[in-house]
Amino acid sequence: MTDPFKTRDCCPSKSSAGGCETSTISLMDHMPSNEPCCGPDLACASRPDERPGYILWHFVDKFIRTPAGPVPQVQTQLTRRDVRGNLAVRLGINRFEYKVAPGLYCVGTPGAEAPVVVTANYKLTFDAVRRSLHCRDAWILVLETHGINVWCAAGKGTFGTQEIIRRVKATELAQVVNHRRLIVPQLGAVGVAAHLVSKGCGFKVIWGPVRAEDLNEFLAAGNKAGPQMRKVTFTLWERLVLVPVEINNLGRHLLWLTLALFVLSGIGGGIFSITAALERSVMGLAAVAAGILAGAVAAPVLLPWLPGRAFAVKGTVTGAVAGLLVLILFWARAGTLELLALLCFTVALSSFLAMNFTGSTPFTSPTGVEKEMRKAIPVQLLAVGLSAVAWIGAGFAG
Amino acid sequence: MQRFRYLPEVTTLKLNAGACVGCGMCEAVCPHTVFAVHERKARIVDLDGCMECGACAINCPAEAITVTPGVGCAGYIIQSWIKGKENAACGGPGCC
Ligand code: SF4
Ligand code: SF4
Repeated sequence: MTDPFKTRDCCPSKSSAGGCETSTISLMDHMPSNEPCCGPDLACASRPDERPGYILWHFVDKFIRTPAGPVPQVQTQLTRRDVRGNLAVRLGINRFEYKVAPGLYCVGTPGAEAPVVVTANYKLTFDAVRRSLHCRDAWILVLETHGINVWCAAGKGTFGTQEIIRRVKATELAQVVNHRRLIVPQLGAVGVAAHLVSKGCGFKVIWGPVRAEDLNEFLAAGNKAGPQMRKVTFTLWERLVLVPVEINNLGRHLLWLTLALFVLSGIGGGIFSITAALERSVMGLAAVAAGILAGAVAAPVLLPWLPGRAFAVKGTVTGAVAGLLVLILFWARAGTLELLALLCFTVALSSFLAMNFTGSTPFTSPTGVEKEMRKAIPVQLLAVGLSAVAWIGAGFAG
Repeated sequence: MQRFRYLPEVTTLKLNAGACVGCGMCEAVCPHTVFAVHERKARIVDLDGCMECGACAINCPAEAITVTPGVGCAGYIIQSWIKGKENAACGGPGCC
């Protein structure tokens, strides 16, 4: 990954216009580290563009005048605040409130001939776009996608033909630019019908690159996307950033699983034993952890190298390895039945989680996923059932 | 994406070559280069690369392409089995 703080020196760095975002970062934004605490801090004075009842985004430098009213000019370099926010959202914090208002924005000082780039209002996506437009003069038309990225929003239809038409009209884009071209990310094509957009608002859709990072090169090449810009990729990094999301989604289920495990572990000859429940739950939880690591971390990361096309098969492979490690760990402590249960459970969980990952990849067809699930789920359920029986059986035997 | 291949022979993608007017839109929008347009006729060159996103079908002005687009998300499919297709919601933070 390129360093987000690296200053690219092709144009004079724009310092943020006022605000408290200076180069030194204090832990608490409202407490400048080297200012007297109640003296007038001039850097923190309100900016002329601020209005009562609104918060001005830190990335807005100023507003430029257009025939359709003032348009915010945004920075093309991410500040630490952006990077921090993006990191948090990647880790699953505040994932559904990370958006900018839809409408027209600009970078640089675009004129009536400057290109119009269309994007989603998920801030992560918006940030990627403005960053890739560094040193350019361009308009950015942000659609209302409810804080969801282009690909997913297009699948749901919010990044779609109607929204483009509506937004072009609402922003009076036709007054701002003389040309009639919109650069729409290619992955938006799932929701956007180019011929209907031009019928609906007179703007012609030009399919832009799949990845926002390629925008600069795309514009430099005269709105031409090379073959590499037009294919989706699924690199190690792209898979890695999905891992925290996968794990985050497990949260609630994990609680139930732990509870069930505790109950099952306590059942035995003496009706219910808290000691047994605690002792054996620990082993069970180790199997759960191993299954998650194998299915939601190892399988996505090692995806292209794992055997099989079906994700459930890939997850079985990583799960088997993880299961064997669990066996080695508890070899001396657990009985044969318990070892069997631990192994079966680890493999089944890993297989299921890997199968779940199909929803996050850009190449699995829904028909294929359904076909895979019809075959895999019965086997996974069988394995879980077997491990539950063995686990309870061991409680009575031991 | 040649490195990433999913199950073969499952896609619902169909091209009616007779209706095609050769505009090239399908080739332009497909993220998996499933189509190639030669002499103003589209051809499917990599059927198994298709992930059923539906971009080609909605962008074909001649309506020459059909595909059943859908959500390839396990959680959604399980819901559709239990509650039926209409009531299944992608919802949940699990989905995008
Ligand atoms: S988009 Fe439709 S009409 Fe155009 S080339 Fe493809 S199949 Fe033919
Ligand atoms: S449905 Fe999507 S992946 Fe399949 S051919 Fe059409 S555009 Fe390509």
